[in-house]
Amino acid sequence: MPVNSAYAGREYPPGPVYEVAREKLDEFADAVGADHPLHRDADAARAAGYPDVIAPPTFAVVIAQRAEEQYVGDPDAGVDFSRVVHAEERFSHHRPIHAGDRLVTVLHVDAIVERGGLSMVTTRAEITTEDGSAVARVVSTLAVRGSDPEVGA
Amino acid sequence: MTGAVPRLAEIAVGDDIGTRRIEVDRARLVRYAGASGDFNPIHWNERVAVQVGLPGVIAHGMFTMGAVIGLVGDWAGDPGAVVDYQTRFARPVVVPDPGSAFIEVSGAVGSVDAESGTVRVDLVVTSGGSRVLAKCQAVVRLL
Repeated sequence: MPVNSAYAGREYPPGPVYEVAREKLDEFADAVGADHPLHRDADAARAAGYPDVIAPPTFAVVIAQRAEEQYVGDPDAGVDFSRVVHAEERFSHHRPIHAGDRLVTVLHVDAIVERGGLSMVTTRAEITTEDGSAVARVVSTLAVRGSDPEVGA
Repeated sequence: MTGAVPRLAEIAVGDDIGTRRIEVDRARLVRYAGASGDFNPIHWNERVAVQVGLPGVIAHGMFTMGAVIGLVGDWAGDPGAVVDYQTRFARPVVVPDPGSAFIEVSGAVGSVDAESGTVRVDLVVTSGGSRVLAKCQAVVRLL
């Protein structure tokens, strides 16, 4: 099934609160090889003016992905993950995410554009605190290949 | 964390921020899958990767993006100083088994905005001599 262009412009309301744990930041920092002390040493983070240890710059993808699942996990949206290639990603931070943050995300499907046999799907996750102050924006573009009927997959 | 923290007033376009070489093996990808929640099998299962037309298991684009920005955060003295970070994923990094792939990153100051107190760092990210990230740019707040 091709990507359903009727989903362009959709907005998904905030899902459950994501509570940022020190252990999760430690795990993520370890996975990307981020060894800066501000990711793990709370005293160093406070000395640098942060409330607690801070997340590496791309950690917001973990939170954004949960919100994106509402869209890409919807069979009617037609985003077949075996045909998806990640095309572009952008993070804009109002401030670093830190341990103890309680965050909610509103997901927007900004654009679905056909280009040379590909559907370019752009989503935007607006991550805020529970009381609505902006924390980060994650804009992600996926390239979805059209189906090949002769393959029958 | 090495060297002195760069000062906005002392930064000029073209300044080199350094280089880094990052080793990636399958275990690293499994670790990233677990930490990020991205369990797409093309990042750990050769059979599935080949089935969908890839040359083999490939690194998560977000792994590469997440790994190379460490160079910028360390240069700035504060990973929280990275206020904007974007890239296009130009080419996949194929990760062999057994063995490793290597990602090379180097960065230079592309512009200085004294008014907003930020600089743009342009990153060149290659693997096996090919550019894997394109238009890879980080905006960093400096004092």
